[in-house]
Amino acid sequence: MAAMTESSGMDEATAAAPAVKPQAPANGKAGDGQVGRGRDAARPDKDARHSALTGRTVGQVRCENPFIVAENIDVFYGDNHAIKDVTLEIGRNQVVALIGPSGCGKSTFLRCLNRMNDSIDIARVTGTITLDGQDIYSRDLDPVVLRARVGMVFQKPNPFPKSIYDNVAYGPRIHGLAADRAELDEIVHVSLERAGLLKEVKDRLDEPGTGLSGGQQQRLCIARTIAVNPEVILMDEPCSALDPIATARIEDLIDELSANYAIVIVTHSMQQAARVSQRVAYFHLGTLVEVDETDRIFTNPQHKLTEDYVTGRIG
Amino acid sequence: MQTTTLILLLGAMTFIAFYLGRSRSLATVGGAAKLAKLHSLPGYYGYYAAIWVLLPSLALVLLWTIVEPRVIVALIIKSLPQAEQDLSAGELNLLVNNIRNLATGDVVSGDISVLLREASVRFQELTATSRQLLVTLTLGFAVFGGAYAYRRIAPGFRARNRVEQVVSAFLIAASSIAILTTIGIVLSVLFEAIRFFREVPVTEFLFGLTWSPQTAIRADQVGSSGSFGAVPLFTGTLLITAIAMFVAVPVGLMTAIYLAEYSTPRIRAITKPILEILAGIPTVVYGFFAALTVAPFVRRAGEAIGFDVASESALAAGLVMGIMIIPLVSSLSDDAINAVPRAMRDGALALGSTRSETMLRVLLPAALPGIVGGVLLAVSRAIGETMIVVMAAGLAANLTINPLEAVTTVTVQIVTLLVGDQEFDSAKTLAAFALGLVLFVVTLGLNVIGLKVVRRYREAYD
Repeated sequence: MAAMTESSGMDEATAAAPAVKPQAPANGKAGDGQVGRGRDAARPDKDARHSALTGRTVGQVRCENPFIVAENIDVFYGDNHAIKDVTLEIGRNQVVALIGPSGCGKSTFLRCLNRMNDSIDIARVTGTITLDGQDIYSRDLDPVVLRARVGMVFQKPNPFPKSIYDNVAYGPRIHGLAADRAELDEIVHVSLERAGLLKEVKDRLDEPGTGLSGGQQQRLCIARTIAVNPEVILMDEPCSALDPIATARIEDLIDELSANYAIVIVTHSMQQAARVSQRVAYFHLGTLVEVDETDRIFTNPQHKLTEDYVTGRIG
Repeated sequence: MQTTTLILLLGAMTFIAFYLGRSRSLATVGGAAKLAKLHSLPGYYGYYAAIWVLLPSLALVLLWTIVEPRVIVALIIKSLPQAEQDLSAGELNLLVNNIRNLATGDVVSGDISVLLREASVRFQELTATSRQLLVTLTLGFAVFGGAYAYRRIAPGFRARNRVEQVVSAFLIAASSIAILTTIGIVLSVLFEAIRFFREVPVTEFLFGLTWSPQTAIRADQVGSSGSFGAVPLFTGTLLITAIAMFVAVPVGLMTAIYLAEYSTPRIRAITKPILEILAGIPTVVYGFFAALTVAPFVRRAGEAIGFDVASESALAAGLVMGIMIIPLVSSLSDDAINAVPRAMRDGALALGSTRSETMLRVLLPAALPGIVGGVLLAVSRAIGETMIVVMAAGLAANLTINPLEAVTTVTVQIVTLLVGDQEFDSAKTLAAFALGLVLFVVTLGLNVIGLKVVRRYREAYD
């Protein structure tokens, strides 16, 4: 019952959000990152916590040693304001999970990080995103080069209709990463190995990648991504089309990969976010509501909306 | 009673049967309140009754119109004196025609004899009787059919299933019309072709190097014995088709790539309709464009660089035919490229592919079966194309692969063989059917392969 009234109240707040946005967070507490990078920004008491959708982010949007810094990102699809003033830092060797109900903008935000939104004509992105200090939306940065540095794994496994070998060799070939066949073989084998797929496919590298099972296809796509040697891997619900066993393998893989890459993963599974990530960002209706360390989000969320979502009351 | 009146009457009876059937069904369950007891909705009972009124009687009318004239003619002939019955088939036919014309008030050839007049009176009598019989029987069928259906209506009666059976029978009949027509065309071509092959051996037709279909009209004529080696026609067809594909495939494919991947929505919105207009231009218009504009241009251009170009060259016809086929190739290729799942494009782009790498290494290979299928369909279109080559390619059956010379194609020869007055017992005319058969077999083969390739490709992603 409480949740019901809360969510109806929330709708009103949403409607009014653009007007209220910049001023005065709900109760004067400065949970958003503008105030400081420290962890010590005062946490509100349980009874005085944030409950409305104000457009301000509570928790810690900053992190130590940031690798990707997104500042005040707004995304419009035509007239639709899909992402509203999102600021978020992602650290090196960190797994950040983006959670939230469907249509809340987490995939859109993810696609900003490698400029995949460029291919959508009506999409417009404002704000700045820097990768290792370099503005990725600046005019002199080629999205092609950016995407080689920021790999992406999609919701549905999408191997090319080529052989397993050619799938993995695709990226190294177009980027000229291998000088000769031996080197290419090496890259392909190492990538498949790191994606945990080599054992299963090493005798049939010539067979089409589309003939693998769903979980194997997804690992093939991960192998294909890491073959280009990226610095960041974006994953858009990588396990949503997979069974629990294949999911567990991918999650283990994410764990291993986080030693070398910054990983941003969109997921609908709270358990998955809890298992694989160090930090969690909760999106709601295009607004980044709360970002914090994973433990804190799941055990002691500061925002009422976050709590409702992670406890399963909305979303 | 006129046939139209009869049909109108039947229509009215059908309407009445519908309403009677519907109200009867409601009455059997005791009003609209207890509708749920009926197996089908009341309308279905109405349709059921209407079908029983209409279909049997219409079938009878149809049968009658087919059989009646034959029966009457047979009766008339039988009533003639033995001398007339012994006439040859042609003369007897003429006589019967005269009788019929006299009876219906048409112009009669020759004198009107007593015999003719008596026969025509008999003809009129027989026709009138037949007509009366038809009306009575038809209305009887309708009434009995309706009554039968009316009596069968009961709450448990599955009227909907019966009506749906009839509907599906109609749908099957409609779809088999195209198939039956195809079979009919094939058979008619086949039989005439067999007649041709009785006069000219198959081997000479398929492998002979000289095409000169003029045959002697009089026995004492010399020099026109006819020669039916179709190889020059086949090479001419292949030459023009090859030139056409040489134009259409690269241009069409590049158009498709541009439209599918590079163009802005605005350019696409302008370009696509224009391409469709190109596809909608009648081929005869392409034909005079080829003959009056392109052929002289090709000739002048060739002469300017020192080539001897025939005024009706294979090149001119092939070029224009290629332009005609561009929309076909481009729209089928565009469909094939667009049918590649967006996930492929995203996957390639996310790996840092440029647009051209995405297109060349991922989209085109994935779309290739569809594109090949489209090209095969385009080839069969080019082989069967007639008007352009009739107007622009000429009639000379030269055995050559030089595109600057005049050649002729299978379709052109079929046209020239069958235009004008024909005698259907000469090899010259029958040759057209043999050529048609070859054309049919080749294009059918290409279409089957093309569609198969396209379908296999579609299965890969759905």
